[in-house]
Amino acid sequence: MRIIRVSAVAAAAAAVLALAACGGGTATGGSGGGNTKSTTLTYWASNQGATLQTDYSVLNPQLAKFKQQTGITVKVQVIGWADLLNRILAATTSGQGPDVVNIGNTWSASLQATGAFLPFNGSNFAQVGGESKFLTSAVGSTGAAGQPPAAVPIYSLAYALYYNKAMFAAAGIASPPATWSDLVADGKKLTHGGNYGLAVEGASIPENIHNVFILSKQMGGSFFDSAGNPTFTTPQNVAAVQQWVNFMATDHIVNPGDAQYDQNQSLSDFAKGKAGMLLWQAAGTALKADGMAAGAYGVAPVPVESGTPSSSNPDSMVAGINMAVFKDSKNQAAALKFVNFMTSQSESVKLNGEYGSIPPITSALTASPAANQEQTVLRNVLSTSAVAMPQVPKESQFETVVGTAVKNLFADAASGKPVSAATVKAQLSSAQQQMQG
Amino acid sequence: MTVSLRRDAPRSRSGRLLQRIRKGGLPYLFLLPALLLELLVHFVPMIFGILISFKQLTLFFIRNWTGAPWAGLGNYRLVVDVHGAIGSALLHSFVVTCAFTVLAVGLSWLFGTVAAILTQDSFRGRGALRTIFLTPFALPVYASVIIWAFMFQYNNGLVNELLHNVLGITSRPSFWLIGHNSFFALVIISIWRNWPFAFLCVMAGLQGIPRDLYEASAIDGAGIWQQIRRITMPSLRAVNQVLVLVLFLWTFNDFTTPFVLFGASAPSPADVVSIHIYNASFINWNFGEGSAMSVLMLIFLLLVTAVYLLGTSRRRNNA
Repeated sequence: MRIIRVSAVAAAAAAVLALAACGGGTATGGSGGGNTKSTTLTYWASNQGATLQTDYSVLNPQLAKFKQQTGITVKVQVIGWADLLNRILAATTSGQGPDVVNIGNTWSASLQATGAFLPFNGSNFAQVGGESKFLTSAVGSTGAAGQPPAAVPIYSLAYALYYNKAMFAAAGIASPPATWSDLVADGKKLTHGGNYGLAVEGASIPENIHNVFILSKQMGGSFFDSAGNPTFTTPQNVAAVQQWVNFMATDHIVNPGDAQYDQNQSLSDFAKGKAGMLLWQAAGTALKADGMAAGAYGVAPVPVESGTPSSSNPDSMVAGINMAVFKDSKNQAAALKFVNFMTSQSESVKLNGEYGSIPPITSALTASPAANQEQTVLRNVLSTSAVAMPQVPKESQFETVVGTAVKNLFADAASGKPVSAATVKAQLSSAQQQMQG
Repeated sequence: MTVSLRRDAPRSRSGRLLQRIRKGGLPYLFLLPALLLELLVHFVPMIFGILISFKQLTLFFIRNWTGAPWAGLGNYRLVVDVHGAIGSALLHSFVVTCAFTVLAVGLSWLFGTVAAILTQDSFRGRGALRTIFLTPFALPVYASVIIWAFMFQYNNGLVNELLHNVLGITSRPSFWLIGHNSFFALVIISIWRNWPFAFLCVMAGLQGIPRDLYEASAIDGAGIWQQIRRITMPSLRAVNQVLVLVLFLWTFNDFTTPFVLFGASAPSPADVVSIHIYNASFINWNFGEGSAMSVLMLIFLLLVTAVYLLGTSRRRNNA
């Protein structure tokens, strides 16, 4: 009994000491970080180049230029895609994050809902050039409708159909397919001797979800109703998923082995001539890295059932990267200056040129003509027939559950199990129920 | 305030306190810093986890998570409702994890024990063989699982090359990282990683068994099987008790192996609980739900451990 009391007193004393120490530490750290003479921004850049090192060598000269113009130092940290979202979540939870961050544009509405980012309302938006500075379709993917954008577009991308010219010529196909039935017919002509018509990234969540989303849009479907509730099991969505998986299951124009791909193996299959067609976002630089010459492939818009893509008959989602300012940043004014600089005409031309993406800045588009056929097609798609992914807070959850459902269906198809409308509907229904959590 | 408490207390009653300390409080006082650190490192995060499990901590509240509304038992109700999608998915994941754990632990233990017994008698190259056996345990998990993932590839993996092209056992290449085989791929890698540990522990345990026992039993006419059953196994009981428990906890909670092998969306036949909880928390951004699942698993593991320790200790005392 006595021992207990002594220990209790000592424990209390030690606990108070420990707390006092903690408090002291935080206070010192806080005052030390805030009051430096010249402003320093921290910038988390996404990995756009072939390696993280490429990104540093692309970004650093531009940051030096920004410092020369404004006196503001920007410390950049390039973060790989596997870590970026978790790092942003951790920064949001703790309030200790960078000042400026790049995000995948499909995360905009989800991250907007956390309240982590400075909203680009009237005055903030004006400081980075206002809405008219940016491409309309790209602005459509910056947050929920009716709310000020949570981020502004910096690099844009779109899907296109890449086809192997030599394989098309050998199979006697004159022009790339414009409709899905043409794609299947051409695919069958290309599929022989271990080669296949189309390469897909069957186990990749983002690739699956982007393609299924577009197929559903072409049928007039939607994965969310106007109130933002999931509507995964509508006939259009079921048909879209079935069509996508059937390229492997019933059309047999996709190698069953693709069901396991999630490390961009389909890109390298296409580059090596094992598949004649590929649906991808700005694949040019990656194909070059895989040893495929630019002249060996052609680029065309993704097929649509009617043959002519339009905004009501879209052939791509608006892919790309947005730039956001953390609300907890102590240097918001400087951060906005930096965002304005990175989305200025000259920087946009320069950076998007380096990365092979499309500038989402109207003046940058007119200032820099398309460098090749790929750029021409992608620019056209982006300004006329691309639509934004659903701008709802649960977007990232939607991608995961539906993307996983498609991945499971590909696994079924690969092992020869039939993929009927009923099995697709069951998978989508289970995915939808998981959204309720 | 703190300082005065610490200094005044001994001054005013220094005589009595010293006496008490001398009577046996001193060891506890010395233990105190370690105990407090232990509390800080181990229990504070656990208590936070339990608190969060009663909150509706979704993406709308992570910025100000203390402001998240209380959910009461809502998260728990959702995850144990086996008729709902979330509950049934968790139950499925739990069953998969149990099957995975039983298979992986059982076979790891079996391989480890057999190898330890076979390398017990000295022969040429025994040291080298023991070293080779221990390599999987010494390799970094990430690197070794990536290598396994390469070997399990469908098109150009070593496993399909061997089974299909060289030996012709399968009529066509099999998928190892998707579909039903993914479960066995996970079990194989887990065994490969863990059996060296079993081997190491049993090997150490065997050193403690006096050779006389074997010699005496041989004179009495006991064969190798009888020696293993009557001498080796009973002598190893204490080692095995700890070994199996540790293997069980490691395997049940293993996150790295399935995550590196499958990424965030594990195929349904290999959807183990650690990945499942990661998904609920970090992919779906529902930390309350994820924490509720974690707490349930914690309770399950505590129960299993308690029953196991009680059961095995009683048997040992009876023996």
